Amino acid sequence: MITIYPARKIVTMNPSRPLATHVAVRDGTILGCGSLDELTGWGKHRIDRIFADKVLMPGLVEGHSHVAEGVQWRFVYCGYFDRTDPGGRVWPGVKSIDEVVARLRVANAKLYDSRQPLAGWSLDPIYFDNRRMTRQDLDQISDARPIAIMHASMHIMNVNSRALELAGLLRKGINHPGIPLGDDGLPTGEIKGPDAMTPVGPHVGFDRALLAADEPGLRDFARLCVRKGVTSAADLANLLPQPAVEMMLRVTADEQFPARIVSLRVAREISPAELVERVVELGKLSTDRLRLGMIKIVVDGSIQGFSARLRAPGYYNGAPNGLWYIAPEQLREIFERALAAGVRVHSHTNGDEATELVLDTLTAALKKHPSPDHRFTLQHCQLANAAQFRRMKALGMCVNLFPNHHFYWGDQHYALTVGPERAERMNACATALANGVPMAIHSDAPVTPLGPLFTAWCAVNRKTAGGRVLGAEERISVSDALRTITLGAAYTLGLDSEIGSIEVGKSADFAVLEDDPTEIGGDKLGDVRIWGTVQGGRIFAAETI
Amino acid sequence: MSDKIPVTLIGGYLGAGKTTLVNHLLRNAGGRRLAVLVNEFGELPIDADLITARDGNLISISGGCICCSFGSDLLAALMQIRERREAIDHLLIETSGVALPESIVQSLSLLPDLGLDGVIVMADAETIEQRARDRYMGDTVRAQLAHADIIVLNKVDLVSPERLEAVSRWLVETEPRARVVPSQNAGIPLEIVVGQHAPRQPDTRLTPRSGRHTADYQALHFEIDAPRDPERLAAALAATDSGLLRAKGFVRRFDGTFAALHIVGRRAQVEPAPGWIEGPGRLVCIGLADRIDRSAILAAIEASSIAPAGY
Repeated sequence: MITIYPARKIVTMNPSRPLATHVAVRDGTILGCGSLDELTGWGKHRIDRIFADKVLMPGLVEGHSHVAEGVQWRFVYCGYFDRTDPGGRVWPGVKSIDEVVARLRVANAKLYDSRQPLAGWSLDPIYFDNRRMTRQDLDQISDARPIAIMHASMHIMNVNSRALELAGLLRKGINHPGIPLGDDGLPTGEIKGPDAMTPVGPHVGFDRALLAADEPGLRDFARLCVRKGVTSAADLANLLPQPAVEMMLRVTADEQFPARIVSLRVAREISPAELVERVVELGKLSTDRLRLGMIKIVVDGSIQGFSARLRAPGYYNGAPNGLWYIAPEQLREIFERALAAGVRVHSHTNGDEATELVLDTLTAALKKHPSPDHRFTLQHCQLANAAQFRRMKALGMCVNLFPNHHFYWGDQHYALTVGPERAERMNACATALANGVPMAIHSDAPVTPLGPLFTAWCAVNRKTAGGRVLGAEERISVSDALRTITLGAAYTLGLDSEIGSIEVGKSADFAVLEDDPTEIGGDKLGDVRIWGTVQGGRIFAAETI
Repeated sequence: MSDKIPVTLIGGYLGAGKTTLVNHLLRNAGGRRLAVLVNEFGELPIDADLITARDGNLISISGGCICCSFGSDLLAALMQIRERREAIDHLLIETSGVALPESIVQSLSLLPDLGLDGVIVMADAETIEQRARDRYMGDTVRAQLAHADIIVLNKVDLVSPERLEAVSRWLVETEPRARVVPSQNAGIPLEIVVGQHAPRQPDTRLTPRSGRHTADYQALHFEIDAPRDPERLAAALAATDSGLLRAKGFVRRFDGTFAALHIVGRRAQVEPAPGWIEGPGRLVCIGLADRIDRSAILAAIEASSIAPAGY
């Protein structure tokens, strides 16, 4: 059966036919995009006017997120900015520690078991005039129940006295950089870094579930995708044990599952040889809605955690250089084996020294295994300079930059972590495009909220939460930004022949919009109202998802 | 030490011989029930003939030892292993090749029932200088060496005597306080890595069990009748280069109580001794046979007879 959808406007991202009014779909595939006259030639059809007053774009592609975003919503949202949950409820941002406490108190009152943990997430005390939260703040809610709040950065959490007690940490004499002490010699309740969090996590309900996702988490993640116009999303670092793969295969095969998930196996716990072998096997399990067979490597840490590896002159505040999470020998072996096996590798590098190591390592590996069109991708790659973008181009690499960082932490990067000059150059989207590097931009959800149109707004405006324009020269145009969140991201995932534009032969994946992103103005790009999506020809309205 | 599980970290860059050392120790555990945590992107790190059973990430090893691999979450593995406290005499942690021992030491401090014994860092005699100058990894490698209580300079059989001398000199210049033990195939005695069981024996030469040891080691025993200042003695033993690698013992303080001394390379710890300790104080010191300096140790013991202020 052929269905022709008339629309107010179709922004195709197909340069040979950029705008259209109708799109014809059969069995989830686009037959054509153009005028009604052009499309009727395909034969017997019906006309569905459901999108007659909507604007259609190719389904948006999130190139770097984590399905764990779907899990977070089981905890109480304590972020500074308004955020939409999978059910469509908008949680207003909380603007002070008192408001955080008040919101948790409401959740506390709903729990019957006095020992059941209570957890919140997305706290960002940098917006609270730098007043740090303490265990005493949270003790006001309950001193019997363990309570914890994960910060937006995911690198810090705050807990109450009971949680510290259960973890064996409510004692004097602790000497750990991740556990600041108060004047009384006891921990203040702030817990920094993954090592320090581990003893506390199990007592407050923050287990490793934060990194993985279960079935409800995966389903909730897909619901969020619909609300944000996303039809394909990369789940960028999953250990993909067999039971998880089987669950994901089953859940994504559900006819009502609304998104395509691209899940990358993170390089951890097994040797490079086993890793590449496993990922080749995973690739054979791929279905239309669950794509497997790629590798993610974490090379360094984060900039705001001062664990990213920076080249000279290092951190602006003089902090020592960050940490390597992999040795060059291991990186080289994974690259070589992956190139030989035709497996794509995405490498997390935040600092420019980590980026340089990947560039050097891939340069050598490609000499050994020349591989046209390998599309190895640098993820985050926030501090790359022009010379590094030129090398990426020369090597055939892609980059997926992180402009959301400017909004959420740009003021801190300017003042504290990397200083004014590098803060203005961070996530240099314009330089990447000028040098012809295939580019995507991302949210790293749940670190920042899923929403490619918001990410596009960040790349177009480069505004910080404090209102500063951080690097006006690196702003990109609306049309570049829109191409980046569709075809650009699809290219880095090796899916550009299937998705990323509305054109003949591609999957019928659309973002269905109430407003026209090409007309609304770059400063309002993040405000475009989203009706829902079409994924593989199936229609999903945000309102009823 | 008290009822804490003693923990030894085995650090060092990729290829320095950490895994070889772990296997060597498991093979020569001599009744000591070792638990080993390994973290490497590697193939199965334990020699197949040592393994008696496997259960998930836990490997049982002949002689009552166990080995547990951990991925990214050392503390979770530690929390798992300490539940077997009754079955463990000593815990060894083999770190990843890019890990900084100091950050693992800090993590250990979060688990009050684990007590750091010492940090052993392996260095490959062939490559360590070059690694320490590496554009990317140099600072990581240098930080590993700087955190070592004892540096095991491994693979000395693979370099010429001139080269060995040069790299030894370089190590001393880089880490002037380092205690360096040469080895081949990571063949160093268990006593150096995890300490001795019983401190009462005549002076002994430690005979290598596997025949692979490069160096000879010697244990010196001292009886110390008069009261001492244990902090001063421990600091002196850890600071002076008397060829001493490990020391353990009890001395009587000026107030009559006993203190336990524990020295691993340049790390010195003093704790209250268990209540049952009596008789003369005693100290056993282990070092390289050709380097350990009895008179320097005696001088340190002598110097600690000066009471601290207040006595």
